[in-house]
Amino acid sequence: MTMTDTSVRTTSPALDSKVPTGDIDTMWENHKFSMKLVNPSNKRKFTVIVVGTGLAGSSAAATLGELGYNVKAFTFHDSPRRAHSIAAQGGINGAKNYQNDGDSVYRLFYDTVKGGDYRSREANVYRLAEVSTNIIDQATAQGVPFAREYGGMLDNRSFGGAQVSRTFYARGQTGQQLLIGAYSALNRQIEAGSVEMYNRMEMLDVVVKDGETVGIITRDLLTGEVESHSAHAVVLATGGYGNVYYLSTNAMTCNVTAAWRAHRKGAFFANPCYTQIHPTCIPASDDHQSKLTLMSESLRNDGRIWVPKAFDDDRLAADIPEAERDYYLERKYPAFGNLVPRDVASRNAKTVVDEGRGVGPLKNGVFLDFEDAISRYGKEEIAARYGNLFDMYANITGEDPYNRPMRIYPATHYTMGGLWVDYQLMTTIPGTYAIGEANFSDHGANRLGASALMQGLADGYFVLPYTVGDYLADKLGDDVVPTSDPVFVEAENAIRDETAMWLSVKGTKSPEYYHRELGKIVQNEIGMARDKNGLEKALSEIPALEEEFKKNVRVMGDNTSMNVELEKVGRVADFFELATLKARDALEREESCGGHFRVESQTEEGEALRDDENFRHVSAWEWNGQDTSQTLHKEQLEFDYVALTQRSYK
Amino acid sequence: MAQTMPNPLRHPQPIRPRKKAAPFPLNIWQSAVGRKWIMALTGIGLLGFVVAHMIGNLHVYEGPAKLHEYAEALRDLGGSIIPRTYLLWVLRFGLIAMFGLHIAAAYSTKEMSRKASHGANVVDGQKSYPGGQEYIASNYASRTMRWTGPIILLYLVFHLADLTWGWLPHTDYVRGDPYHNLSTSLGNLPVAIIYIVANVALAIHIFHGAWSMFQSLGINNPKYNSARRGIAAGLAGLILIGNLSFPILTQAGVIDDDSNPCAQFTDTEENAECFEEILATEGHSE
Amino acid sequence: MNNEINLTLEVWRQDGPNESGRFETYDAKVSEDASFLEMLDLVNEGLIEDDRQPITFESDCREGICGTCSLMINGEAHGPNKGQATCQLHMRTFKNGDHITVEPFRATSFPIIKDLAVSRAALDSIQQSGGYISVGTGSAPDANLVPVPKEAAEMAFDAAACIGCGACVAACPNSAAQLFTAAKIQHLNLLPQGQPERWSRTENMVDTMEEFFGTCTNHGECHEACPKEISLDFIAFMNRDYVKAKIKNRTLSGQR
Ligand SMILES: Cc1cc2nc3c(=O)[nH]c(=O)nc-3n(C[C@H](O)[C@H](O)[C@H](O)COP(=O)(O)OP(=O)(O)OC[C@H]3O[C@@H](n4cnc5c(N)ncnc54)[C@H](O)[C@@H]3O)c2cc1C
Ligand code: SF4
Repeated sequence: MTMTDTSVRTTSPALDSKVPTGDIDTMWENHKFSMKLVNPSNKRKFTVIVVGTGLAGSSAAATLGELGYNVKAFTFHDSPRRAHSIAAQGGINGAKNYQNDGDSVYRLFYDTVKGGDYRSREANVYRLAEVSTNIIDQATAQGVPFAREYGGMLDNRSFGGAQVSRTFYARGQTGQQLLIGAYSALNRQIEAGSVEMYNRMEMLDVVVKDGETVGIITRDLLTGEVESHSAHAVVLATGGYGNVYYLSTNAMTCNVTAAWRAHRKGAFFANPCYTQIHPTCIPASDDHQSKLTLMSESLRNDGRIWVPKAFDDDRLAADIPEAERDYYLERKYPAFGNLVPRDVASRNAKTVVDEGRGVGPLKNGVFLDFEDAISRYGKEEIAARYGNLFDMYANITGEDPYNRPMRIYPATHYTMGGLWVDYQLMTTIPGTYAIGEANFSDHGANRLGASALMQGLADGYFVLPYTVGDYLADKLGDDVVPTSDPVFVEAENAIRDETAMWLSVKGTKSPEYYHRELGKIVQNEIGMARDKNGLEKALSEIPALEEEFKKNVRVMGDNTSMNVELEKVGRVADFFELATLKARDALEREESCGGHFRVESQTEEGEALRDDENFRHVSAWEWNGQDTSQTLHKEQLEFDYVALTQRSYK
Repeated sequence: MAQTMPNPLRHPQPIRPRKKAAPFPLNIWQSAVGRKWIMALTGIGLLGFVVAHMIGNLHVYEGPAKLHEYAEALRDLGGSIIPRTYLLWVLRFGLIAMFGLHIAAAYSTKEMSRKASHGANVVDGQKSYPGGQEYIASNYASRTMRWTGPIILLYLVFHLADLTWGWLPHTDYVRGDPYHNLSTSLGNLPVAIIYIVANVALAIHIFHGAWSMFQSLGINNPKYNSARRGIAAGLAGLILIGNLSFPILTQAGVIDDDSNPCAQFTDTEENAECFEEILATEGHSE
Repeated sequence: MNNEINLTLEVWRQDGPNESGRFETYDAKVSEDASFLEMLDLVNEGLIEDDRQPITFESDCREGICGTCSLMINGEAHGPNKGQATCQLHMRTFKNGDHITVEPFRATSFPIIKDLAVSRAALDSIQQSGGYISVGTGSAPDANLVPVPKEAAEMAFDAAACIGCGACVAACPNSAAQLFTAAKIQHLNLLPQGQPERWSRTENMVDTMEEFFGTCTNHGECHEACPKEISLDFIAFMNRDYVKAKIKNRTLSGQR
């Protein structure tokens, strides 16, 4: 495609990123000073709704509560502690430079922009790196039991290919420990009465009046009741939507509904095509697999990845002689070998499996072999390094990884795309904010390991609580719009109608079935490698399946008590719409960058080829109503501090 | 906004609403953890009594006179400083208080657990899964505390009536001649069986109680934690052996009133005189 | 290829918190490689196909960390394997032809919402009453200012590993929540950062626990059921801290 249109190089007027002017290293400091403040005694006159109580939401709700705002926090989980953030294993980055290995805010900023393949906004990323150090302080003071050295100081490790050790970790449970920290801060505010907690409540709509956010509509998952809640501002911290692939490492209930409903009310959805596929997951064992389990990337430090040279080789790994094995990463990338970045490792695994050289009963994996490592270091040393992971693998697969190679395959892990937000983390709906994985802001086209926890907490503890004040300051004296207002009543009725509609379809197949079928299309066509044909195929298959879904889904039960099927059907419906947009976004972006690999855009050696000339922008999509497709808006990205380079791992 | 009643599935209702804090030290009693602490402390006291009682009773193997001497010595506790039997009564009152607190704590905490399981399923006052529960860690001892406890209490009453108050018909009770009382009582087979059963219950109770006491008091140190179960088992075992020896050896004829030289004196004073004489001559011959 | 096994399930069905429940019997045929919850998913798909109500149960991460899944499986909380949550239980643990009873976690303060789903909100109440260190956002000193001995950090972690699943309560013959509460209290009490509020935290959390749950009689079932194998030692520590809190001169408590 040739981009002759000059408008391509300018940002859509609808997207004002509000990035302050000035030097990047003083920008946030100066901006904090220039933002309007709300007088402490006035804060309680403002109601702020926080939807989602994962790392981002809990930290935001707690901090807003501490500041004195009147906060209402919502989660569909039974407790904030169950949010998906709990599952993060590896660690959290912080530019503390405790290891004295040359780390700095600037280096973390640089690595994040580069790692994101130059598709993120420099100003946001710099701020993220800047507050990263405060997060570590805050978490430690809350009692997060980070790993320590014998002298009592915090320990760090190098993670995800970073050249410095800046990752803080708590055994394999960093996410759970950080979430317990944020949850405890939230609990303190609940106890103090500044936060009102609504668990088992699903947000199903953002309510907008005269162009501004006035509240949300929720459905009580215990009783089916639909309720309105008004507020001066709404913060969405509703996590990622990797489950659009059906199989992913995400928790079962992760979904796009909150973000999607906001999108339908005017929030632009940015970069839906960017998805991170994690290379070291356990392959599916049968059709009824419900999710995939991630194993730490650190396994690649000692494991060697290979497949048989022959196609459809049914022999056991041990029976395949050395000469008939293809250590394809070591062969293709002699310098980095098995430690190439996540996307490269993932794509290559897909290539060999697609060729028919996959291993395991379903031929859907590649070997990760520790034989050499065990003979070099001994079984004990390997057990000390990876014992937990080996046990987990053995438990899930029933195979002993000490004696036969593990089988791994990539799985969807993280969604870089999300609601478009400006420097203040506000979406294109005034008064609606998006934080954590739900927004698109900091990771560009690819996220560095251990940076999602950092971003969620940065947004929640240290950014949003300030920027909300800037918006609210002008609203002093404005009462919240009462929930009896027609905008609320209409929105409530729409949700009631929707629920009644699903119950009345009375088709033949469960929501789960359609979710699984949708996942197959998304996985095949918008997975690790995308091309025009495939994407166009997806764009015809998805709506067709969606059509069938709407006519033929069977939702059991009623709307007066807990009904998991009813919860699910709405989420699957939103996944359908998202999947279509995802395919369009991927089709539109005719370059390869980060987690998005377009087959048409590669170097002669088969590596991802970025097109900075034409695609150095954020794609933000505007909803135009149910029957019209979304409009694309572009935010051009400028790189004043980090020079653009092509990645190379040869 | 629709105003609805708080949903108990979301906002749980306490089953035991908190009371206003009582002044120290009564506030300790207000909580179950505090009560368990008291139960453990009184448990230690009672355990001490059981051990001392058992050891004291071993005098029976020195013969009727020595046993008599020991019984008298108990009454003389405190020597000439405190009037005769006063200190013994103080100890007795202490014991009774400990028993009372121990039982009250046990009963009230058991009630609390019953309430806490009520919404689930309670059969015979005990939580139970309709599909059955597979117990793994808890043992016979821990699950039968609420049976061994009352058994011990009943036994205690029986034992007092039998050998302290002499209310029961199967002995011609002679105050001051414990050897006579003991041997005639335990010589009766049904009574011996009662003693055996009760002391087995006592040992079971102690086996769990002694371990439990460490936990309730928070006595915990990795250096000796592994020994806690052992200590409990050892204590229970010792007490069991000591206490069972009395009925068993009586039945075997080792303890026998025929070897009691003062058996013919059924009057307390005459009986005492008889023993004093024997003890006096024994003293000479030594 | 995968081996399939046939099973008979006895599943507790209950329409609501105040309804009475019953066991219903289902046949299941499932791959040995499936997880227990995937087996239930499969049974549910079959039920939906037959136009019957699927079994309500809860799960989320399916990796043993979120603590959402529950279930008494053959009378054991989280099933027969030690140190595992239900979601980590795989069908190869069972044999062809096995009978499996599946029940919800039971306690008065774990009211049944539907079928196998229970509310464990009382555990949150305990946490809210003191399970935190009062440090406002922004007021934290540098993370390395207070060194924490590695042993203490490790032990605090051992307690902090609790996933809040409530299996300890379910398995406890007294429906006591001691293991959970002790884990939560000791996680913070063992760290230097947790000292200033140590005594009030312990009192508040224990008192709240006793509003909802039974009394510990040291059976130890909780530890066996616990997917994170939280140690009973924490209960001892909590008991000691609680009584100390009552007796302690608070003005000197900074000196321990
Ligand atoms: C297996 C795994 C391992 C990972 N490991 C790491 C790691 O080592 N390091 C790292 O940095 N990152 C890691 N990540 C990524 C990271 O965990 C997530 O990106 C991050 O935790 C997301 O946090 P969040 O607060 O944005 O969302 P979440 O934690 O997903 O929280 C979402 C919240 O929103 C609520 N919610 C959603 N929709 C609604 C609605 N409609 N109504 C009401 N409530 C709603 C949910 O109930 C929940 O409370 C990992 C991810 C996975 C899957
Ligand atoms: S202590 Fe163990 S069993 Fe109890 S809630 Fe925590 S993890 Fe679950």
